[in-house]
Amino acid sequence: MTALFLRDIKLAIRAGGGALIGVLFFMTVVAVIPFGVGPDLNLLSRIGPAILWIGALLSALLGLDRLFQAEREDGSLDLLLMQENPLVLTVFVKCLAHWVANGLPLVIASPVLGLFMNMNEVAIGATLITLLVGSPALTFIGAAGAAVAVSLPRGGLLVSILVLPLAIPVLIFGVSATYAAVEDPAPFLPPFMILTAITLLFAVIGPFAASMALKSSSD
Amino acid sequence: MRFMAENLGARRGEELLFRDISFSLSDGEALLVTGPNGSGKSTLLRVVAGLLYAETGSVAAEGYERAAEACHYLGHRNAMKRELTVEENLDFWRDFMGGGEGAVSATEAAEAVGLGGITHLPFGYLSAGQQRRMAMAKLLVVQRPVWLLDEPTAALDAASDAMFGKLCQDFQARGGIIVAATHQPLGLKAPQSLVMKGFEYVD
Repeated sequence: MTALFLRDIKLAIRAGGGALIGVLFFMTVVAVIPFGVGPDLNLLSRIGPAILWIGALLSALLGLDRLFQAEREDGSLDLLLMQENPLVLTVFVKCLAHWVANGLPLVIASPVLGLFMNMNEVAIGATLITLLVGSPALTFIGAAGAAVAVSLPRGGLLVSILVLPLAIPVLIFGVSATYAAVEDPAPFLPPFMILTAITLLFAVIGPFAASMALKSSSD
Repeated sequence: MRFMAENLGARRGEELLFRDISFSLSDGEALLVTGPNGSGKSTLLRVVAGLLYAETGSVAAEGYERAAEACHYLGHRNAMKRELTVEENLDFWRDFMGGGEGAVSATEAAEAVGLGGITHLPFGYLSAGQQRRMAMAKLLVVQRPVWLLDEPTAALDAASDAMFGKLCQDFQARGGIIVAATHQPLGLKAPQSLVMKGFEYVD
């Protein structure tokens, strides 16, 4: 399983891997917002956390459709399905590797992009922490969508559409926890705990659903 | 060990592609599946590998919970990543599938298929025939008692054909079981024969 983790990270970093594509897209989305909204610093800092979260959500969805499709195209998926290791575990490890290569860079880039949005240090810190806790959930949900669309030639958009409704709770609690950290009366912990719970829940359901979909999608 | 299939049948679309296929192989034996295009050779192998749902019947390998776990499957696609070097590819499958007794290292396996010096190259740099031979090297880095081969020599020249025939014979001599779907003679030792007829099978 360590071998699978390391291989997927290597593949993501090498040419054509797309680990940096997500970060570039994230940067592009966030960087154009101030141009569209205008130089109203108060407004920017108020919508900043939400924009960062939406940007991260869209960037996280970007590379997800390739999670199993690339394996299927070169025949590796057949061999992954045939092994003694439980398929759920294989899918879970692939999700982890995908998050480390594609999700973690988004989390790391978010403080820099927070500066673009005139966010103060508390807001930047809160966004960093909520993204760190919430973004794995996006990968786990996305894995289920990617597994359903694995045999479709243009599954990319379909994956996003399938996954987005399920990702909405993550977005809601991620953003509300961030705002709670910035604005005084609202408590930070309750929404943050729910966000953590959502991630843990999808860490179980996502790989399970994905492995069921992969088993029945063979051709 | 024994590797058996009983009354296998599979569906492609509405119709049964084949039915009532049974075989039983023990150590060192081989089964050669032949038949025209579209007669269900690949489908049969995928059913045996557990990758397609069997409409009727079952496959069993003695000592294994699922027959698929006893098998190596060499399909039309090579199951190797173009971006990784040959050595990384082979090492990955060796670690992931759990090499087992008698498994050789990536370098030795590459030498066995006659491509010793190029394991440091990315898999995508190799020619189609070389890629195919490296996929065959995968059979050697992990020890499995059964090989399922689907048109294994399709992209190969005569010399590589002979090389692969020898690999198969060595494997049989060590007690390995081979199920191969092919149009060309593979040089298997005393194979049983199964001729697929496709839809004619159905009443």
